[in-house]
Amino acid sequence: MGFILAAAGMFAAMVLPLSSEVAAALPARPVLLAFTLAAGLLLAIAAGIRGYRSVVPGFAGVLCGATTTLALLRDPGVAGSAAVGFWAMVLAVWLGAALCVVQLASMRPRHKASRRVLSLAIPLLFGAVVFYLWEVMVRGFGVSPVILPAPSAAAARFAVSLPTLGQDFVQTFIRGVLIGYAIGCGAGLLVAIVAQRFAFLGRGLLPLGNFFSALPLVGVAPIMVMWFGFDWPSKAAVVALVTFFPMLVNTLAGLSAAGHMERDLMRSYGADHRQTLKKLYLPAALPFIFNALKINATLALIGAIVAEFFGTPTQGIGFRISTEAGRMAIDMVWAEIALAAIAGMAFYGLVALAERATTFWHPSYRT
Amino acid sequence: MTSSSLSLPVSRAGTLRRHRLAERYAPIVTIVLALIAIWYIGAVLMNLALVRDGFEREETPYTVSDLIEGTMSAERPLLPAPHQVITAFVDSVFGYAPTAPRSLIYHSTVTLSATLLGFVLGALLGIALALMIVHSRVLEKSLLPWIICSQMVPILALAPIFVVALGAMGLQGLLPKSIISAYLSFFPITIGMVKGFTAPDPMQLDLMRTWSATPRQVLSKLRWPSAVPYLFASLKVAVTISLIGAIVAELPTGAEAGIGARLLAGSYYGQTIQIWSALLAAAILASGLIALVDLTERGVARQMGTRS
Repeated sequence: MGFILAAAGMFAAMVLPLSSEVAAALPARPVLLAFTLAAGLLLAIAAGIRGYRSVVPGFAGVLCGATTTLALLRDPGVAGSAAVGFWAMVLAVWLGAALCVVQLASMRPRHKASRRVLSLAIPLLFGAVVFYLWEVMVRGFGVSPVILPAPSAAAARFAVSLPTLGQDFVQTFIRGVLIGYAIGCGAGLLVAIVAQRFAFLGRGLLPLGNFFSALPLVGVAPIMVMWFGFDWPSKAAVVALVTFFPMLVNTLAGLSAAGHMERDLMRSYGADHRQTLKKLYLPAALPFIFNALKINATLALIGAIVAEFFGTPTQGIGFRISTEAGRMAIDMVWAEIALAAIAGMAFYGLVALAERATTFWHPSYRT
Repeated sequence: MTSSSLSLPVSRAGTLRRHRLAERYAPIVTIVLALIAIWYIGAVLMNLALVRDGFEREETPYTVSDLIEGTMSAERPLLPAPHQVITAFVDSVFGYAPTAPRSLIYHSTVTLSATLLGFVLGALLGIALALMIVHSRVLEKSLLPWIICSQMVPILALAPIFVVALGAMGLQGLLPKSIISAYLSFFPITIGMVKGFTAPDPMQLDLMRTWSATPRQVLSKLRWPSAVPYLFASLKVAVTISLIGAIVAELPTGAEAGIGARLLAGSYYGQTIQIWSALLAAAILASGLIALVDLTERGVARQMGTRS
């Protein structure tokens, strides 16, 4: 039913006007007309097939339709003044893609590998649709690039300014975030281990750590800039401070996660504290430690970028964003945001992979 | 079997309670005192060079006690002593009318209003997203990964753009800050509520089915009550995050009022004491907000008949 509507949208686009300005209609563009026809036919075929197999022609039709609309937007007569016919096509593409996602989500493949592929494909398709709509909306309505640039514009800017982006990446991410993250998490872990050894210290540090990790600690950024200068040490210091307390609290909770039975077992083996720590407490605390590492991955990036607002050498993601936003070069700002997002996701992904490799025994992975 | 459980004192409840109080608070007090001592020592050490330079520039003779006294009362110290911060804080809270631009109360209310608006927006968005995700398998598969990814986008980097974009649409002031704080705070609520809504076990859901309950009834009678503890746990996280969001959003947007603006101004003019007292205000605000959520949680728990 939905696919029929989508196909109807495609066919309607062939007769309806594409633009409120003077622009050639679809029948005057043979290649695009062929693409539209193909899209409409494929969607119609998808409507005729029941079940999962309809995804294949449906997806092909969606691709054809999307290509056509993007090609149409290159015509200055269409971009910025798109009319009913164009939007009918966009809606058809959207509807078709949404139906594909729904079909895919209701699939329950038997093999583990295909299930994994599916669980990757669905969000990817969903994201692609969102980016497609963003692109088409911005260019179709002619939104000013100062307010919101099209993703293609940001991507083009990204590709052109790779050296600058590389410098910023090294400055903010490698120097600021990674070093600070290592120091903060390492210190949190060590202090937690010491605090667990001496119960008095632990009882005092746990509530204090809880209190401090709830404070807006990024606010110390101006102080750190004053103490450690404009360059990366001040950023690393902010990141270290911000990541320290979540790590401390989580590790403390994790170290006390080992059960009484296991502890008694270690005692009956005559294990000393170091052995117990290595064989029992730390492995039992790993899920908690990784939880903190994941929380800290986001906090660290925020901390570093905030610290850059208070003064930097002339590079770094936060610096570039604030200067380029001041110059109204919003496409460059979005390129930097994309850089930070990609770096952050890669970082988070690495932590998650390490977690999977080391805490494979935890119930949440044994499905 | 631990030995302490065998030799538990049976009577003397009074001394036991006093012991418990002591046991609970003695470590905290000790560590806080130690931190304050370290702070004082740090203040002396870090400001020493500054003060000595000052004396030598004026070529006045000085003693060690002069030096130490100087480090405690420097006007722009590298690290102000705790009592300086407290004095400045009390002065800027009670010393001026609450509407004066030098009053911390004024700045705190500006930040607090952005925080609360952002928190409410974030909570509503977070719960709505969780409801959608719980009820739709498609959304769970397609939207949830992107929600996790969304937190990897350094949203505060978007703050200047938000201000530009929303300003072009005629929106100014509170809303850009609140949107940033909502964007930061919806995430823990969504994750927590998805967990909470799926907390009832299959037996209970089956029971609802045998009573032929509609999805809405399942939601109101089973899923909501079971999600309440998760809701408050995530609200506590979210409220501090939305405060961070509001403060951070004031930095790049060139706000003139608010705790973030106070921090920025302090760092421009080297007013360290001002920075520290703004931080103290932020800390008090954060603990107050958490206490408020905690109080609400207790009230709701009592209403729902939970025994604490």
